[in-house]
Amino acid sequence: MGIDRDRALALTLAPLTFTVERGRLRAFARAIGETDPAYLDVEAAKRAGHPDLPVPPTFFFSMELEAPDPFGYLAELGVDLHRVLHGEQTFTYHQMAHAGDTLVLRSHIADAYSKKGGALDFLVKTTEISRCGEPVAESVVTLVVREPEGSA
Amino acid sequence: MSPAAEGAAEIPSLSVAPISRAALALFAGASGDHNPIHIDLDAAHSAGLEDVFAHGMLSMAYVGRLLTNWVPQRAIRSLYVRFAAITPVHAQPACAARVTAVKDGQATLALTVTLADGTTTLIGDAVIDLV
Repeated sequence: MGIDRDRALALTLAPLTFTVERGRLRAFARAIGETDPAYLDVEAAKRAGHPDLPVPPTFFFSMELEAPDPFGYLAELGVDLHRVLHGEQTFTYHQMAHAGDTLVLRSHIADAYSKKGGALDFLVKTTEISRCGEPVAESVVTLVVREPEGSA
Repeated sequence: MSPAAEGAAEIPSLSVAPISRAALALFAGASGDHNPIHIDLDAAHSAGLEDVFAHGMLSMAYVGRLLTNWVPQRAIRSLYVRFAAITPVHAQPACAARVTAVKDGQATLALTVTLADGTTTLIGDAVIDLV
């Protein structure tokens, strides 16, 4: 395959600290057509039992994109971003997160493998999201890399 | 089986408006995924595509809305999706979920997003705590 597996697994990805902002959550909620006021209005969120606007289930992926160079590891592995597709995404949830929380994201490459005789490479990045050392969620991104024709 | 699980045979589906270019621009900004292939026709053309297409994570966010419309978000234990096909601009995704198993106080759901032409764009599953 086109990706050096040992090198991928050994990559060090810098941790990221992300403070959740109300305005960003509202913008995200509007962009996904959210109609539940608990995701848009702080008072409605409080009536629903939240201390502040909740982080919706898929927003954790957006936090990962806040890294200074979120796909820098691809360049380090010689992967052209234009050949990359988001193949699979998993979130596992431990606790709710809300506006005002400061979260820490720690990522590593968990796996790299090849399919279809090397025509497709897969990279699996795992990110653990925590608040004050307590786990909040885990995100697993599977990227599919289409190898250029003839290189397999 | 708990009342929640019995009622779960019918999980309300979620239909959204056809995805406009404006919706893609707003999602790019709000989600932080600025890949121009979703928002810039020139970038799509240079990649050999006829037009822009929607972010996979927009469809997953719609699935998230389906879930949080049905249960409090804190009941969601996990959410997995595989992006099976691209969603062209102007396509209209329909999200559906059904219970496939109930065990140990948790329900497992099968999730799909389909377009009007029958294309399945997303397949996934979720595990929900039954309260």
